[in-house]
Amino acid sequence: MNTILNAKIPSGALHEKWDNYKADAKLVNPNNKRKFKVIVVGTGLAGASAAATLAELGYQVDAFTFHDSARRAHSIAAQGGINAAKNYQGDGDSINRLFVDTIKGGDFRSRESNVHRLAQVSVDIIDQMVAQGVPFAREYGGMLDNRSFGGAQVSRTFYARGQTGQQLLLGAYQQLSRQIGLGGVRLFNRTELVDVVVVDGRCSGIVVRDLLTGEITSHAAHAVVMATGGYGNVYFLSTNAMNSNVTASWRAHRRGAMFANPCFTQIHPTCIPQSDESQSKLTLMSESLRNDGRVWVPKNADDVRPADQIPESERDYYLERLYPSYGNLAARDVSSRAAKRLVDKGHGVGPLKNGVNLDFSAAIARLGRDVVQERYGNLFQMYERIAGEDPYSTPMRIYPATHYTMGGLWVDYELATTIPGLYAAGEANFSDHGANRLGASALMQGLSDGYFVLPYTISNELAPLLNKTIPTTDHPAFVQAEAEAHERFSGYLNVKGTRSPDWFHRELGKIIWDYCGMERTQQGLEKALSELPALYGEFQKDLRVTGTGESVNQTLEKAGRVDDFFQLGMLMCRDALDREESCGAHFRSEYQTDEGEALRNDQDFCHVSAYNSTGDPMNPDLVEEPLVFETAQLATRSYK
Amino acid sequence: MRLINDLKLKVWRQDGPDAAGHFESHTVEKVSDEASFLEMLDQLNERLILENKEAIVFDHDCREGICGTCSLMINGQAHGPQRGSTTCQLHMRTFKSGDEIVIEPWRAKAFPIIKDLMVDRSSFDRIVEAGGFITAPTGGAPDANLILVPKPVADAAMDSAACIGCGACVAACPNGAASLFTGAKISHLNVLPQGQAERYKRVEAMVHAMDDQFGSCTNHGECSSACPKEISLDVIALMNSDFRKSKSKNRKALSRS
Amino acid sequence: MVKTQQAIAKVGKSRAPVTGTALSVRKKQSYIADIYSTAVGKKYAMAISGIALMGFVLFHMIGNLKMYLGAAEINSYAEFLKKLLYPLAPKGAVLWMLRGGLLAMLVLHLHAAWSLTVLNHQARPVKYQSPRDYEVANFASRTMRYSGMIVASFLTWHLLDLTFGVVNTVGAEGTFVRAEVYANIVRSLGRWPVAAFYILANLLLGIHLRHGAWSIFQSLGWNNPRFNAWRWTFATAFAAVVVVGNVSFPIAVLAGIVKV
Repeated sequence: MNTILNAKIPSGALHEKWDNYKADAKLVNPNNKRKFKVIVVGTGLAGASAAATLAELGYQVDAFTFHDSARRAHSIAAQGGINAAKNYQGDGDSINRLFVDTIKGGDFRSRESNVHRLAQVSVDIIDQMVAQGVPFAREYGGMLDNRSFGGAQVSRTFYARGQTGQQLLLGAYQQLSRQIGLGGVRLFNRTELVDVVVVDGRCSGIVVRDLLTGEITSHAAHAVVMATGGYGNVYFLSTNAMNSNVTASWRAHRRGAMFANPCFTQIHPTCIPQSDESQSKLTLMSESLRNDGRVWVPKNADDVRPADQIPESERDYYLERLYPSYGNLAARDVSSRAAKRLVDKGHGVGPLKNGVNLDFSAAIARLGRDVVQERYGNLFQMYERIAGEDPYSTPMRIYPATHYTMGGLWVDYELATTIPGLYAAGEANFSDHGANRLGASALMQGLSDGYFVLPYTISNELAPLLNKTIPTTDHPAFVQAEAEAHERFSGYLNVKGTRSPDWFHRELGKIIWDYCGMERTQQGLEKALSELPALYGEFQKDLRVTGTGESVNQTLEKAGRVDDFFQLGMLMCRDALDREESCGAHFRSEYQTDEGEALRNDQDFCHVSAYNSTGDPMNPDLVEEPLVFETAQLATRSYK
Repeated sequence: MRLINDLKLKVWRQDGPDAAGHFESHTVEKVSDEASFLEMLDQLNERLILENKEAIVFDHDCREGICGTCSLMINGQAHGPQRGSTTCQLHMRTFKSGDEIVIEPWRAKAFPIIKDLMVDRSSFDRIVEAGGFITAPTGGAPDANLILVPKPVADAAMDSAACIGCGACVAACPNGAASLFTGAKISHLNVLPQGQAERYKRVEAMVHAMDDQFGSCTNHGECSSACPKEISLDVIALMNSDFRKSKSKNRKALSRS
Repeated sequence: MVKTQQAIAKVGKSRAPVTGTALSVRKKQSYIADIYSTAVGKKYAMAISGIALMGFVLFHMIGNLKMYLGAAEINSYAEFLKKLLYPLAPKGAVLWMLRGGLLAMLVLHLHAAWSLTVLNHQARPVKYQSPRDYEVANFASRTMRYSGMIVASFLTWHLLDLTFGVVNTVGAEGTFVRAEVYANIVRSLGRWPVAAFYILANLLLGIHLRHGAWSIFQSLGWNNPRFNAWRWTFATAFAAVVVVGNVSFPIAVLAGIVKV
């Protein structure tokens, strides 16, 4: 299949494009809106905000979540904050500056028009969330407080203690709840998407599985929104929630939605390292810790003395040594890779020698324990709870972990995937962060998509469909998709092999982390691509799922998700192998500067790699969407 | 890392909402003291699968204490013995070799058991749907700094808004009351200037929704003590006070006070 | 809108989606009935009737302290109570109104307590199957209904004993004469089982009062950081004063300090 990707970027100067789009977009009369049904899958920031807003407008909305409540989505775990170009601090911020910072942070691998719109609507998000009662941090005068974040020289991050994601999600959840209460939204909880149905090239609905009863049902609609999050759990160990998965996106991909930049996955430098083999997930510690903590490892790889017994002269403060001007605050990807190199060389600390020290003793000596406690008290407590060590007396041990995925379903300016009628929003799409996401921008994008973009672009799509019939759930395509889903789930139950889905997931994660993690090489990726199909073959032959498909069966749910992660993993490695350059979070060690920085190749790779499913993720069909930079100047990032 | 040996687990198993449940005994031979409580259950489940048995069903998701999905009554305490934390934040170092650990699901009429340790907490959502929001349709909001919120007010709202909706308050309450949950949501919105327009309508609707499903508060304080976010009993007082006013205020004169 | 939607939508075969949960309209009731129909409203009733009953036990105790001043003082105090607002109101009228009010408050207190107990039992139809480990719920808070019931049964005895005199002479010499309050008390509390019951009931009353007096603030929502720290102090002090005062009477009688 040879598709030409049309991003449908509106005409006009960059700052006029969104206004031009809205001026031209087709509208649906208020009385006609109720004739349209929109399905929203996922109820995180993007999904809940989209569902609530569409219902307020008058569309019939069916929302689906695999959680018990919309309030549980993983948006809730975001700590730091949300960016917006409000310039409340009068420090020189503007929409244009947020736009440029985001493009630069993404290492020039994102689409200018989408990013600029994101910067534009960022200011509306803050207004909206405050009106809904999000308790953002305030100054004593009652105005909103801001903090600064990595990759920006202005303070534009709004925050609610260390729980900004939680508070924003609760805001969106409350708005969604209001619509559920009023009957504008029908919520299907504990219901997971298992397939997307396409009839005559249009998305006609979805097939879902009731996680409580195993019942598989179909739902038809005029438009479907995927707000199903990222796929960081392909690594098994990540900071994602245990249930986050790629199934919804992947099923859409298999039905014809293109998957873009799958290899762009972000590693966060300050997570608590794995403590044993059986660990199930990693916990992120706010990056703000690096403001006062000093990162070091012992100079001697065999040094196993406790940290406080290693004299200053035998410590390697490697970030300060390698990046004197940014020091401990070097960019996420840069400091992550430095940590990995030293740990790989055997300099790691901790019982498993898998972390680096983040030492606060100098800060405590300089500022006093009280000041340190005031700044980081809750984080120290969180660390103490997980690691069982007191960071006031022993250095924290940290190590990078997978945290966010920039890649996702390919979408155009309207957030439409390559299947007409199917949209993707939030982390599930690829659109705004290029090869690397700036801190505090994920929340911004989710809410922007759900509140301020989709409601406009969906009406443009729906208007021409007025009074036209759409396929119902008894259409053969639905019937067949349901049958396939039945077959798929009974298939997992019937393998009756010897290994649990978790076992396979852990093995898959190891391969992806080793070869498609922080640092990638041609050799490694080729190795991964030879090992993955073998392991996947074993999965299909040797999987064991106990229990039945007729009541809650978390093992069965997991099997379906791991199946899709396998296929995605292959595509990721394919993509990483194909992209022969280093950019943002994608670091191919063959392509680096003399100083070990990412070496971009704008000549050959200034494009989005979008993949069409061929049914075989080892051999996908690659389509390139060239990226044109008219406003932002292509430049090299430097953190020296 | 230290190993903890020979844990005697008594886990509640129940096939479905209407089935009769029972305690099932398992021995966990060894587990790392670094493991979280849920990872210990993961390991037990791995073993059950290898033994061709059905894994124990329990709710969990973020495993960092913020999503509110995990639950469990551990040795008679909601979220286990560690104060101010969720089950997923509880680590095995809290226990010692040979300990007996009894694990039960939350129990309340409003939290029917779905299977094993998993319960249905959507009764909480009903309370929020009734009024736990500020009506602010997308698009019409004024500039964020037009609404001044004094810092102590924002802090108080945040203290209440920290609720993760896990249900430990109901589980721990001898009466199965949801006053702490409802009070927290009401306090969050009712102290903010943005929440004033719907203040009394909100508290009235939410208290009625709560009343239809849960027991009543008798001021034991178990809820606050079990709360992973240590939400104060003051939120219940605020709810009680605002509910009283909601019944007596002349709503046509609300903007005069 | 909801109806249209349900008509269009194919209703799920088994588990229906959640929608329209806030659309039901509550039936209109009168102000008092509306409040009292909720658990929060019943807690108001508990608190308000509790305040009335607290006022009674406090003044009852203070009045009884008169017995330390001798028979004439306490007997004339009883006479004073009968003459409240006299001659504006007939003799005894105000006292009976107060008694009626107190009885109403007591009935209200009992009814609210009983309905809340039923509600709370229904809220957890299946109990925990393993022992609970309570963290802060204390003896007082968990035994309110038992301490309350014992105090109520004591109250019945107490009325039969010292107001109606039916049991005043049982096991004791002499005759009950209503106006001779002092003699009645000495005769009654001179019997050690009666004194023991009296002391026990008052200790339970103290425990009941301490939790109850604190709960009033919570239930009525009287909450302010300025005085929150004092709520427990008030509750403890109030309970202590009432208990010390009341328990002193039987001890004084048994010790012979108060005698005929």
